[in-house]
Amino acid sequence: MPQFIIRRVLYSLVTLCILSATIFLVVRFTGDPVALMAEASARPEDLDRIRQQWGLDRSWPVQYVTFMQNAFKGELGKSFNYRLPVSELYFQRLPNSLTLGLAATLISLLIGVPAGIISAVKVNSWWDNVAKGVALLGLSIPGFWLGLVLILVFSVWLRWLPTSGAGDWRHVVMPALALGWYFAASMLRLTRSSMLEVLGSEYIKLARLKGLPDVVVIAMHAFKNALIPVFTLAGVNMVVMVNAAVIIEVIFAWPGIGRLLYEGIFQRDFPLVQGVVIMAGFMIVGINLVVDILYAFIDPRIRLTR
Amino acid sequence: MNMGGPDMAPQRSARPGPVLEVSDLQTHFFSFGGTRVVKAVDRVSFTLHEGETLGLVGESGSGKTTTCLSIVGLLPRAARIVGGSVVFEGEDLTRKSQRELRRIRGRRIAMILQDPMASLNPLFTIFRQVAEPAFFHQQLRGRSLRERVQHLLRAVRIPSPEWRMREYPHQMSGGMRQRIVGAIALAGGPSLVIADEPTTNLDVTIQAQYLDLLKDIQRETGVALIFVTHNLGIVAKMCDKVAVMYAGKLIERGPVRELFDDPKHPYTRALLGAVPKLGSKEPLYSIPGQPPNLANLPAGCSFHPRCPEAVPRCVSEEPGDFHLGDGTVARCWLVEGKNEAGAHRGRTRS
Ligand SMILES: Nc1ncnc2c1ncn2[C@@H]1O[C@H](COP(=O)(O)OP(=O)(O)OP(=O)(O)O)[C@@H](O)[C@H]1O
Ligand code: SF4
Ligand SMILES: [Mg+2]
Repeated sequence: MPQFIIRRVLYSLVTLCILSATIFLVVRFTGDPVALMAEASARPEDLDRIRQQWGLDRSWPVQYVTFMQNAFKGELGKSFNYRLPVSELYFQRLPNSLTLGLAATLISLLIGVPAGIISAVKVNSWWDNVAKGVALLGLSIPGFWLGLVLILVFSVWLRWLPTSGAGDWRHVVMPALALGWYFAASMLRLTRSSMLEVLGSEYIKLARLKGLPDVVVIAMHAFKNALIPVFTLAGVNMVVMVNAAVIIEVIFAWPGIGRLLYEGIFQRDFPLVQGVVIMAGFMIVGINLVVDILYAFIDPRIRLTR
Repeated sequence: MNMGGPDMAPQRSARPGPVLEVSDLQTHFFSFGGTRVVKAVDRVSFTLHEGETLGLVGESGSGKTTTCLSIVGLLPRAARIVGGSVVFEGEDLTRKSQRELRRIRGRRIAMILQDPMASLNPLFTIFRQVAEPAFFHQQLRGRSLRERVQHLLRAVRIPSPEWRMREYPHQMSGGMRQRIVGAIALAGGPSLVIADEPTTNLDVTIQAQYLDLLKDIQRETGVALIFVTHNLGIVAKMCDKVAVMYAGKLIERGPVRELFDDPKHPYTRALLGAVPKLGSKEPLYSIPGQPPNLANLPAGCSFHPRCPEAVPRCVSEEPGDFHLGDGTVARCWLVEGKNEAGAHRGRTRS
């Protein structure tokens, strides 16, 4: 087990290095940030000075190495735009994003998993067809459109919920629904296919041959086995929802990381974009470790070997 | 071997009749909205008494598994019993609801699946999986449940069951897993065990040990066995009766001795012409001609395109069951009128 963890950590480091290099290059292809940082009247010498001040005059490899050295020390650089450390900005927004991401994950699980199970158990029934249709809608209706419809119905017409901003739970409901909706559809599809596979297995046949009640066969024998891929997807989805709920956060003016990222991209705020992406990468690695530990908890084949 | 007390023995009533009487059973697969019908089991009849073993043989796809699943009422979604009856200890199972069948499955009828290696849930302990039938059917709990499980594991010769039962399937060898599946089958004290080709994945010695074990258990408990196999060597060793399936039909059945000594149906004769050794993994016989396509069977006798002895009427008229004097029943025109046991002259209905 320790050996396994060391290997996993090493792989994760390699992944993070590739991720950081990629995002480092990608932001630099979006254009020159200095033009946006300086006033319109700035002379070329002023621009050069700004460039020098932020270390943008050095070659890309040098910039990258410096960036990585700092990153290993836990410093993600200073935002061009806010003139504040990126990590400070990130952690300021994190609680809001976690609230939204967790609520949306919960919604996607609460809708997607039970619906997927019923779909698989009653495969090809009217329920299954409805669920398949809803899943397709979920994947094809854009989140921003759903967000706008929700605002129209619940804020403008019914006046039940505030249109935007963060505050108490009422502010979370609509963005979480709009965000969770898409992911609920993918959870439904995965739960359905995973359950179908398990329900066709020999050990489920044997469970039925034992004369066990259907509830026991489905909820205990089948569901526990079908859960593993569902967990993985839920973990990855959550990281995406926390760090990259860009559109939903913009629509609902939710002060989260997604909006920070959005601003960063528009302002060509390299350190900010790099920082957010790397933090997301870290979170994915962390979540995957948690999911692995959960697997070991569920599956004795992992727990007792390796 | 001590099977340990009366709790292992099936709670059998003193009824004199057969344990199982399958008559004219028909199970069809419906696909493409019912437009395509596969007669996977077509008017199959046989009886089985306490302590008897029936060998069910036939090529792959001949309907053996479907016959077994029809008996326990656990058919795939696309399949349905469309006719006939399955009378088990005096009750017709085809008329029972799933709810009623659940009380019979795992308790009075057990089935060992074709792939014993994949039949155990990888996430649950052996204890839990062996305990389930007793837990749900006999409401055993706590210490008596633990003792029961140890007892069952000992019965199938699992060494040190006290700690083995805390382990998981992946920690067991193939032979052990198979015996654990056997223990699960015995857990409810059944009077009928159906074993669907349980030996194909294992090596010869383990296979032979397992067969001996099943025989021992049968001697102790008087359980009736249906043994599905491709292997006629196993039938000769294990069974009292044989039933030969071809294209969904039982084309010949009877006592092992009579059937092996004097096979009546040309298909049975062809099978016996190519008996593999016990433990051979070959799908055995290579009989000339194409195996039948159940979705598109030839008219008349289904075997006629491959039958070396076919007569003209075989092409258009399907033979029914002919009951013969020595206790065998054959579905072939050749035996018509030969030493037939009077009243039962068979002719195809429908
Ligand atoms: N899901 C299904 N849909 C349609 N037809 C099926 C289905 N499953 C089985 N069949 C048909 O039923 C027939 C009998 O299948 P069955 O599994 O009972 O054969 P078998 O004798 O057990 O074969 P094997 O020795 O390979 O286990 C097959 O020929 C197949 O055409
Ligand atoms: S009925 Fe005719 S074709 Fe069929 S097995 Fe007998 S002889 Fe052969
Ligand atoms: Mg089969």
